[in-house]
Amino acid sequence: MKNLDQVRLKYQEQYKQKLGKNRIVVGLGTCGIAAGGDKVMQNVKEEVAARGLDVEIDFTSCIGMCYREPMVEIALAGAPSVIYGDIFADKVEKLIESHIVNKTPVYEWAVIQIPGEATPYEGIDIMEKSAYYEKQVRSVTSRLGRTNPESIIDYIATGGYEGIEKALQVERPAIIDEIKKSGLRGRGGGGFPTGTKWQFVYDARGDKKYAVCNADEGDPGAFMDRSVLEGDPHSVLEGMMIAGYAIGADEGYIYCRAEYPLAIRRLNLAIAQAEEHGLLGDNILDSGFSFRIKIKAGAGAFVCGEETALLNSIEGLRGMPRVRPPFPANKGLWQKPTVLNNVETYANVPFIIRYGGDWYADMGTEMSKGSKVFCLTGKVNNTGLMEVPMGITLRDIIFSIGGGIQDGKKFKAVQSGGPSGGCIPAEHLDTSIDYDSLTALGAIMGSGGLVVMDETTCMVDVAKFFLNFTQLESCGKCTPCREGTKRMLEILQRICDGKGEMEDIDTLDRLCRVIKNTALCGLGQTCPNPIATTLRYFRSEYEAHIIDKRCPAGVCSALLVYTILANKCTGCGACVRSCPAGAITGEKKGPHAIDTDKCIKCGACIQKCKFDAIIKA
Amino acid sequence: MANVILTINGKEIVVKAGTTVLDAAQEAGFFIPTFCHDPLNPGFGACRICVVEIKGARTLVASCCTEVAHGMVVETESPAVVEARKTIIELLLANHPADCLTCDKNGDCRLQDYAYRYDIRGSSFRGEKHNYPIDDSNPYIIRDMNKCILCGRCVRTCEQVQDRQVINFAFRGFNTKVAPAMDTELAESDCVSCARCLVVCPVGALSYKNLAGKARAYEIRKEPVTCPFCDAGCRFDLNYKGEKVIGVTAKESGEGRPLCLKGRLGLELLYVDKPLTPMLKKDDRFVEVSWAEVLGMDNVLKKLIELKSN
Repeated sequence: MKNLDQVRLKYQEQYKQKLGKNRIVVGLGTCGIAAGGDKVMQNVKEEVAARGLDVEIDFTSCIGMCYREPMVEIALAGAPSVIYGDIFADKVEKLIESHIVNKTPVYEWAVIQIPGEATPYEGIDIMEKSAYYEKQVRSVTSRLGRTNPESIIDYIATGGYEGIEKALQVERPAIIDEIKKSGLRGRGGGGFPTGTKWQFVYDARGDKKYAVCNADEGDPGAFMDRSVLEGDPHSVLEGMMIAGYAIGADEGYIYCRAEYPLAIRRLNLAIAQAEEHGLLGDNILDSGFSFRIKIKAGAGAFVCGEETALLNSIEGLRGMPRVRPPFPANKGLWQKPTVLNNVETYANVPFIIRYGGDWYADMGTEMSKGSKVFCLTGKVNNTGLMEVPMGITLRDIIFSIGGGIQDGKKFKAVQSGGPSGGCIPAEHLDTSIDYDSLTALGAIMGSGGLVVMDETTCMVDVAKFFLNFTQLESCGKCTPCREGTKRMLEILQRICDGKGEMEDIDTLDRLCRVIKNTALCGLGQTCPNPIATTLRYFRSEYEAHIIDKRCPAGVCSALLVYTILANKCTGCGACVRSCPAGAITGEKKGPHAIDTDKCIKCGACIQKCKFDAIIKA
Repeated sequence: MANVILTINGKEIVVKAGTTVLDAAQEAGFFIPTFCHDPLNPGFGACRICVVEIKGARTLVASCCTEVAHGMVVETESPAVVEARKTIIELLLANHPADCLTCDKNGDCRLQDYAYRYDIRGSSFRGEKHNYPIDDSNPYIIRDMNKCILCGRCVRTCEQVQDRQVINFAFRGFNTKVAPAMDTELAESDCVSCARCLVVCPVGALSYKNLAGKARAYEIRKEPVTCPFCDAGCRFDLNYKGEKVIGVTAKESGEGRPLCLKGRLGLELLYVDKPLTPMLKKDDRFVEVSWAEVLGMDNVLKKLIELKSN
């Protein structure tokens, strides 16, 4: 068998040379580009050219701090790398002038530094010791924001494709044993032990087998898989190759949602590079193992993230779940034995093979090993991507890494696992994050989306939001999900409109129970979770809506009453002019009043009042 | 094949391995309702009305798609099962026109039968109902998608006919419906009016135009007849009201044949007193044609007439 030693030595040398130069690296993940990274890159190029500087210009993907994009990294030869945040295009000139020309970092813009072997700058947080990264581990995300995702040189130089090289030298069952030893469980949400799944496919009889990657990430607030695909596409390919070899597949599919054009572009590029290097195709490294990967772009249906609907979609059929059993391990793509894992699961595999299952199992808890990538969004200060060891608490994630709640407000709950998950209230903030603890709370680990909610969030409204999503995205095949989600949404809408009755809660309870018990696929069975958990932890909010016709969080507009505080009102008349319903009256310079019957609760008056004299409650 | 011993409702039962729980229960005399299950085309598992409780299972399971296993303990009418079935029927009724009084399927409708069995007098859910226009563009078939419960049996039986696959599911969520390609009317599609879909429809969503308003289901006596027009021998039903045949309906296709319009119309000509004038699609529109043409006999007839006049 051939090896990659020569190539790796050459690429390591090139990589080292690149790192040894004065460098400017712009973050060009989707989050960076959305924040203006492209324009920053253009300005960097122009500025460097105009000044005739000898600087290597490079780009990378998202390092995780999406809330500080656009981010730019600058390193002088032999000095620490400084990562700057909020570097909009107009800041580029000053940044280059100071850091490159005058060799002085712009301290007020610096977020973190990575000194490597150099002496750190005073006054800039070192990445590993910074609040955001201190409690994180970086294994599956280790290349994110650090290497150029479009360069196979960077990948191979940083240990890439060592995993498949190592795998091809051992017998196939040994690989499955190593994955079993690692304790890796499916990162897409189900948490099924990956090694066991591979064993099923290995054991399944068939002349043709497939390895399929589920990159149809669709939960609101989830972008882990996108970040991995955009930041380290080769790791996913390598994971799939190792899986393919282990189970005896010669073909793989990546089912990636079409809404991720950058991920698809970088995957295509990575596939082409791997093929050029003889790492994909026939007789890889003279080992006798052949493997090819194709990309199938989804067409926008959330349900295609369900594994059997995904297989139908690849086959060109309507994306509707199939009855299981037979499971994909026995009858999957085109009825052939198929292993189906999600992006993050595959991306973990090369590391496990390189460093061993024991290394991986050292991280995490008894039943949930390793690390997990989460996306923190919502009413939290630091929204972004993070990788944490299993077993960390929600408090650590939200308050240490996430920096607490925006505007100093009070934490109310966090939604874990998207529309299939549930909300977790403040009293459970110290729960260890692992598959089983979250399930016990009525939520799920899910793919890793965490949406934080504060005291201004109405929990009935949250349940309504997720039900609206599942109702629209139900494939329509099974009765409980198709009809049940519609009726649950209608009931929630009535409650938010102040037309709810106490028996609606019983009806919701019954629908939750029946749908969970009878729906065809995982999505249907879990779609009542947002209602079940809000009913469990925030029942009093439902009751306030129904009995008192009041929304405690002040969100449900139909239940709000606008009043003018006479002691604060100056009688300026601004509210009168802004009211489209003519509901406000009052003498000039005297206190005004709102006619509640005429008020349409649009909130225009509150925005116009300069004296905080109007309140809604 | 080996036998499997399992317990259904406390009764020990021996069946062949590979049998579904549904078949095993029905064989043992236990009732399980089904909407989407088609014995000729099994394994769809969409309607969920056939769920049963299996000891140790995480959820209720669809009996039509679950194979028996040794030692399995099944309950077909446990409180959880009954609650689930009642809820499913209520959910279907919440989005179903309450016009059984004038529905041609009244008395021959599974939704009605199961509502009766589980004592559902109406749905406790209120909310949006579909309001689709009734598609009577095809001269033989009326499609009322407001009555459709999306069991998919029509879709799957249509798929069995080579070159057809005229209808499929369209749209998502609550808006899911069965439609021809591009959601056109049936007349605009490639439908050949074979009526296989009418054979399997468990509710009033699909009905025969020629029988509309002619008789209640319980006034009709069906007598099977084998189609004599080709050697496939498809089966049809003569629909008697009193002594008169008021129409011919499809029953079951013969070996390797899909059922055909020609066969059904030929039988109507043979048995019905005043059959409606047949129509065929010409230049994408249905037009009235002669019986000779619809039965493919016009050439023969022309030659006979020629011979006679010579």
